[in-house]
Amino acid sequence: MPLDASYHAKSFKSVGTRPLRPDGIDKVTGRAKYGADHNMPGHLVGLILRSPHAHAKIKRIDISKAEKLAGVKAVLTAADLPDLTNGDQGMFDILDNCMARTKVFYDGHAVAAVAAVDMATAKQALKLIKVDYQVLPHVTDVDEAVKPKAPLLHEKCFTEGGESKPKNPSNVAKITEFGHGDVEKGFAEADIVIERNFKTEQTHQGYIEPHACVASVSPDGTGELWVCTQGHFVYRNHCAMLLGMDVSKLRVTSSEIGGGFGGKTHVWMEPVALALSRKANRPVKIVMTREEVFRASGPTSATSIDVKIGIRKDGTITAGKAELRYASGPYLSMWGELGAMTSFACYDLKNVKTRGYEVLVNRPKSAAYRAPSAPMAAFAVESVIDELAKRIGKDPLEVRIQNAAKQGTRSSYGPVYGPIGIGPTLEAARKHPHMKAPLGKNQGRGYACGFWFNFGGQTCTDVNVGPDGTVTLTVGTVDVGGSRASLALCVAEELGIPYDQVKCTVADTGALGHNDMTDGSRGTFSSSMAGIFAARNTIEVLKERAAKMWEIPVSDVAWENGHAKAVGSKYGNLAPLSLKEIAAAAGNTGGPVAGHAEIVADGAGVSFATHICDVEVDPETGRSRVVRYTVIQDAGKAVHPTYVEGQYQGGAAQGIGWALNEEYIYGKDGRLQNPGFLDYRIPVCSDLPMIDTQILEIPNPNHPYGVRGVGETSIVPPIAAIANAVSNAFGVRMTHVPMSPPRVLKALEAAKKTKKA
Amino acid sequence: MAVLVSTTVNGDHAEFACEPNETLLDVLRNRLALTGVKEGCGTGDCGSCSVILDGRLVCSCLVLGIEAEGRKVETVEGMAHGAELHPLQTKFIEHAALQCGVCTPGFLMAAKALLEKNPDPSEEEIRFGLAGNLCRCTGYDKIVRAVQDAAKVMRGA
Repeated sequence: MPLDASYHAKSFKSVGTRPLRPDGIDKVTGRAKYGADHNMPGHLVGLILRSPHAHAKIKRIDISKAEKLAGVKAVLTAADLPDLTNGDQGMFDILDNCMARTKVFYDGHAVAAVAAVDMATAKQALKLIKVDYQVLPHVTDVDEAVKPKAPLLHEKCFTEGGESKPKNPSNVAKITEFGHGDVEKGFAEADIVIERNFKTEQTHQGYIEPHACVASVSPDGTGELWVCTQGHFVYRNHCAMLLGMDVSKLRVTSSEIGGGFGGKTHVWMEPVALALSRKANRPVKIVMTREEVFRASGPTSATSIDVKIGIRKDGTITAGKAELRYASGPYLSMWGELGAMTSFACYDLKNVKTRGYEVLVNRPKSAAYRAPSAPMAAFAVESVIDELAKRIGKDPLEVRIQNAAKQGTRSSYGPVYGPIGIGPTLEAARKHPHMKAPLGKNQGRGYACGFWFNFGGQTCTDVNVGPDGTVTLTVGTVDVGGSRASLALCVAEELGIPYDQVKCTVADTGALGHNDMTDGSRGTFSSSMAGIFAARNTIEVLKERAAKMWEIPVSDVAWENGHAKAVGSKYGNLAPLSLKEIAAAAGNTGGPVAGHAEIVADGAGVSFATHICDVEVDPETGRSRVVRYTVIQDAGKAVHPTYVEGQYQGGAAQGIGWALNEEYIYGKDGRLQNPGFLDYRIPVCSDLPMIDTQILEIPNPNHPYGVRGVGETSIVPPIAAIANAVSNAFGVRMTHVPMSPPRVLKALEAAKKTKKA
Repeated sequence: MAVLVSTTVNGDHAEFACEPNETLLDVLRNRLALTGVKEGCGTGDCGSCSVILDGRLVCSCLVLGIEAEGRKVETVEGMAHGAELHPLQTKFIEHAALQCGVCTPGFLMAAKALLEKNPDPSEEEIRFGLAGNLCRCTGYDKIVRAVQDAAKVMRGA
C-alpha cells in the first residue's frame, strides 16, 4: 500500500510532550559508551604521522627502522591503500586525505601510521619514520589563492562551471551560479546601492569528543568498526570501497556521539585503522588528540564575500548580487555553491544573482558545519540590508518584513516556496518583549534572518512488537541530540500507545538497510517519517491478526487508540483487542508482529529563523559581550519542544563564538598556530547569557505531522545579528569576523578618525 | 618502571600499578575502567575529565596517577547511590541539560564541587563556577537552570 506522507492536521497525544530521554541515565552516570570508551580483545594502539608542512612533495618515506622496533605490529603508508576508487574523484580525494599519496596539502595531513602494543611504543615508532619532503610554496588565504600567481595546489585543476574553459590551471576548482531576473536593471531602479566585501575566518565545529574508532579486520575479509560518527552506514560504504571489502562484510556500530555538527560526516582515520588492522591481524584503536582534531579533521571554510544590494526609498529591494569565495581545503567541495544558494533565500527578489567559488587552499579539507556555508553568506547579506535600511531611514526589521519571501515566492536558488516561516518569525520578533528591553550604555541591538534547506534522504526503519506488547523502534540515524526520544514519541503517537512502551535503538549496519547520515537536520524529519510508515505497516499486520483472532474480514477491523476495533453493529459484542493482547497471541496468528519502511524521505520543509541580540562593547578593550539573545524559529512541528529549544540555543551559542572569538590562525609558514581549546576559544558558561527561544509551528506539508528539521538554522543568523548590534551601538560596520577585541578596537579608532576628519 | 599506588575511588579501596608519567585520567579510564571520565583535550582546557580529588575539583588529565596515593578520588560513577540519582543528575535529565552528553560527567563534577562550597549560588556564580567546562551543544542555558534547580532541591527549599 502506498504510504501517504502529506500533512493532516490532528490533535496529538504524545508528539509535543516533553518526556525524559531514554539515554539520560546512562549519560549522567558515565555508563554511556562513546568512541574512545570501547575496547576489543588485544587491540593495538594506532597513531598517525602528520605533515609539518603546508605544502610539500613526498620524495621518500623510510619505515624500515619503525618496523624493526619491538612491539610494532604494522607500519602503513599510502602504498598499503591502493587506489580502488575507479575514477570516482570524490572518493579518491577522501583516500588522499586519509593518507597523502604524492603530496601533502596542509599542516597535519597524514603521511604514515603505526600500530603497536602500547602508546609509548607507537609514539617511539612514529619518530623512527623518516619522510623526505620537498617543501613547496603554499597559500592559506582564500583571496590570495585566487590570484593568478598563487602557488597551485593541483597542476591539473581547471575551473569547472565558468563561462568558458580556462586556458590555465588555478585554485578555483568550480564556479556555480544561481538567480533570476536582471540585476543590472534592478540596480538602476534603486535609490541606494551598497557594495561591500565581508570576510569570515575558518572555524571548527568544536565537538568535545575527539574522533575515535576501534577496527578489526579478519583474514577472512570480514570486519568490524566501532566509531563515533554521524552516519555509520556511510562510513561503512566509504571504508569498504577504499579497502576493497564487501559492504555486507563490514559491520559498523556507531557509538554514542560526543558532538558532530557536520564534522563527523566524513571518514578521516577510520580507513587507516581498518588497513592497520588488516596488516597487523589484530584489532586497532585510534583516538585523535585535540591537536589532531584541529589540524586534520574538517573545519568550515574561511570566506571572502562581495555583496551588492540596491533598495528604493520605499523599502523595496530591487536587486541583490553576491560573489562568494569559500576556502575548500585541498579538494573540490560544494561550500561556495551552498553559500551562493542560501545567501538571498530569505527574500522575495525580482532580480538576484549569486556566484559561488570553490577555492583550494593549503588548509584541512573543509567539512560541513551546521547549515554549512549559510552563516557566512547571511553575515554579508544581512549586514548590507541593515545598512540600507538605515540609509533610507527605515527600521531594519520592517524592511525585512517588507521584502520577506512567502508562499509562492521563487527562491533565489530556484524552487518556488510552499508555506514558510520567514514572515512569521519576523512578525514574532516585532512583538517579542525583547524588543522593549532597555539598552544600557555601550549596548546595541541587532537582528538578522537565516535560512537552511533541510535534507531528507535514504532511511530504513523497523518497528518490532515484542511478545509483551512493548515496541522496539530500530533506526539507522545516529542520535545527536535526543532523537531517540522524539522518534519514540512519533511511533507511540501513530500506534496509539504510551511513550514509555516504545524503546528506540540505533542499530548497527548489520541490522538495517542503508541510512544516510544524520546531517542536514534530517534525523528527526526522515526517521520519524520512516518510523510513522513502519508503524502504519505494523498496524496493518495488527489488524490482520485481530481479524484472525475474531475470525472476521480484515476490512471490518479498524485501529484506534492502540486497539483493534471491529467496525459495524454486527460485531457489537466484540471487545476491542489491545496491542498487548494481539502481541500475546502472535505465535498462533502468524508469528512476530513487525512493520518496516524503506524510503527516500522527500519534501524536507525549508527552515527560517529571526534572531534578536543585544551586545555590549567595551570601548576601552574592544571586548564584546552578548547581554540578551532571542531565537525565533519555525519547527514545522516541535516533536519534543525541550530538545528543539536545545537546538536553537546550541546553534546560537556556536554562532556567538564564531562571531566574537573563534578563528584558525595560520603562521607565515602555513602551520596552524592555535590547535587547542586554550587558544581556539569557544564560548564558556560565563561568556553567555540565557538564550531565549520561541518555537513557531508552520506545518511542513510533506510530513505526516508537519515536522521540519530544526538542528541547523539557528547558527545562521548570529554572526550577522551580532555585527548589526555592534554597528548599532557604535555606528561602525564590522566586515570581518571574528569581531575579536583588536578588530573592534581598530574599527572604533577608524570611526573616530573619520568623525574628526 | 611501574609504581604501585593505593587510593580510594568512589569510596572503595583501589590499587593499581602505573607508569610515573601516566595521568590520573588514563589510570581511571584504562586501568580502573571508569570511562565516564572523558578526555576532550588532554591539556586542562575543556573540563571533560573533571574529578574531585580530596574535595577539590581537578582536571584528571593534569594530575599524575601516582598523585592519587593515599587520597580520595570521586568520579561521575560514584555520584548516584544505587538506583537513587544525585539531584544534579536528576535535574540534568529533567532540564535537558545534556544533548550529546560527553561533557556531562565533567559538568556534574564541577557543579557538585560548586554546590558543596556554595549551596545557594547566583546565576553569575554558577556561570563562573562552571567556566572551566566546555559544552558545545547546549549554549549552557539549560545547564545553568538544572544547577539552579538542583541547588534548590539540595537546600530543601
